[in-house]
Amino acid sequence: MQPAPITPMPTPTSQPFWDALAEGRVDIQRCGQCESWVYYPRARCPQCLSDQLNWTTISGEGNVYTFTVARQPTTPAFSEVENPIIAVVELDEGVRVTTSLEGVAPADVRVGMRVGPVFAPADDGMWLLRHQPI
Amino acid sequence: MGFGVTGLRGDAAVVGIAEWPTERKYTGARSFQIEQWAQLAAEALADAGIDSSEVNGLVTSDLRESKDFVPATIAEYCGWEVNFAERVDIGGASPVGAVWRAAAAIELGLCDVVVCAVPSRPRPRPTVTKGPRQDWGAMGASSMEWGSPQAEFDIPHGNVAQNAGYAMIAQRYASEFGWDERALAKIAADQRRSANMTPGAVFRDVPITIDDVLASKVVADPIHVLEIVMPCNGGSAVVVTSRERAARSNHRPAFVKGFGERLAYKTHSYAADMIRTPIAHAADQAFTMAGVSRADVDACQLYDCYTITVLLSIEDAGFCKKGEGIEFVNGHDLSWEGDFPMNTNGGQLGFGQPGAAGGMIHITEAVRQIQGRAGDRQLGQADTMFVSGNGGIISEQTALVLQGG
Repeated sequence: MQPAPITPMPTPTSQPFWDALAEGRVDIQRCGQCESWVYYPRARCPQCLSDQLNWTTISGEGNVYTFTVARQPTTPAFSEVENPIIAVVELDEGVRVTTSLEGVAPADVRVGMRVGPVFAPADDGMWLLRHQPI
Repeated sequence: MGFGVTGLRGDAAVVGIAEWPTERKYTGARSFQIEQWAQLAAEALADAGIDSSEVNGLVTSDLRESKDFVPATIAEYCGWEVNFAERVDIGGASPVGAVWRAAAAIELGLCDVVVCAVPSRPRPRPTVTKGPRQDWGAMGASSMEWGSPQAEFDIPHGNVAQNAGYAMIAQRYASEFGWDERALAKIAADQRRSANMTPGAVFRDVPITIDDVLASKVVADPIHVLEIVMPCNGGSAVVVTSRERAARSNHRPAFVKGFGERLAYKTHSYAADMIRTPIAHAADQAFTMAGVSRADVDACQLYDCYTITVLLSIEDAGFCKKGEGIEFVNGHDLSWEGDFPMNTNGGQLGFGQPGAAGGMIHITEAVRQIQGRAGDRQLGQADTMFVSGNGGIISEQTALVLQGG
């Protein structure tokens, strides 16, 4: 388990996302006006600027869009982890998330690899959304 | 939108430059950035042959001594009253952004002598220490504030600073178009040959080969340390003026014939397409505005924080087809004496990256070539230059077409 380097601080807008992670779900927003999926959580839809955004539970599964192995730590907390894998995953809904990968060796990661959510405990009762191969 | 209609006549020109040598460790007397700004301005104005009393515009980026009111602080310090004052906030794309804003303001008749300066030497060490310093800026985070999307959704996964971001872009490119690490290394090696010809370059006396680049440490897969700029101190400035005033200056004017700017996102995770970069739009606008084609360009000065940035810019600015950049690099000599001269002062990979002034060294080199002042690396034909700027993780890009008058 990787230590959480910086614990996110939820905002009134993003709180439902973090609450869902703590309960083992991935909830993201969907626009009630143009039906776009929205990530990261926002007050308004980045496609049409509507404020009619509804929280919807999704699988959290998707494909690796890209990744890197940070052989030189990017933050002090990551210095405890050997070769952390930072990734961008395109969820099945089409939105991309910044994430990090677990349960896979750096040499085995591939762009396009199928991954699912990992609910990773962090400080202050927070949970992070990470991913692992499925 | 199309680019058919623009109001630019191409009547504003860069006429004077100032540039300090890049150094990894600064050994000279330290000064505040406001003092460095004034010194660069004085040097660039003297180079142009224009008196300080004629300055009526300025464009700047951040100033360490003043969080806000930056242009007024500089105007006051330099003793100028200006009709046009801009603070540009697009990272490494800012110097190109500064020059086109100056040119546009001059053509609108707002002003006719504009100084754009970027100081980047260390400041005096404080004699009184304050409380603990927030260290996130040093790690490359632009914001750790509550409510910042980057702080909440990107940094917790270690997605911070430049290396990981550019590496992810390179990895995505490799998955779509294939990879040839020797081609990427060749960009650094070819540019180094130009740096070896450039007084003031941090790597003036250090040649490298493709094998040297590939033997250097991998920092973030697939990027080697010699494919990344060396942070340095330094500073650069330019003076932009009207056609009328340029005619009475010291050097051949480098007219601003076209420009472009495109901001697409903040963090690359949210790019519509991570490897089709904003320079495409900016370059198309710049070339259309200038009425010149890619084939008319005598040399490119491309923002080169990483080799992957150069590869993508060659493709997306239209010097080869998308996906054929590796073949293009392998098929051309990119050095000052090559058949595709690019970053003829070594670029930032060879000259060094003097902090925020990194983007300015591409402009000063383009002007130097146009003015016939590039010394041993002077190009035989140097009338038309293409310059690119790049900020963030390829999130904001700028383009400039300069032509000798």
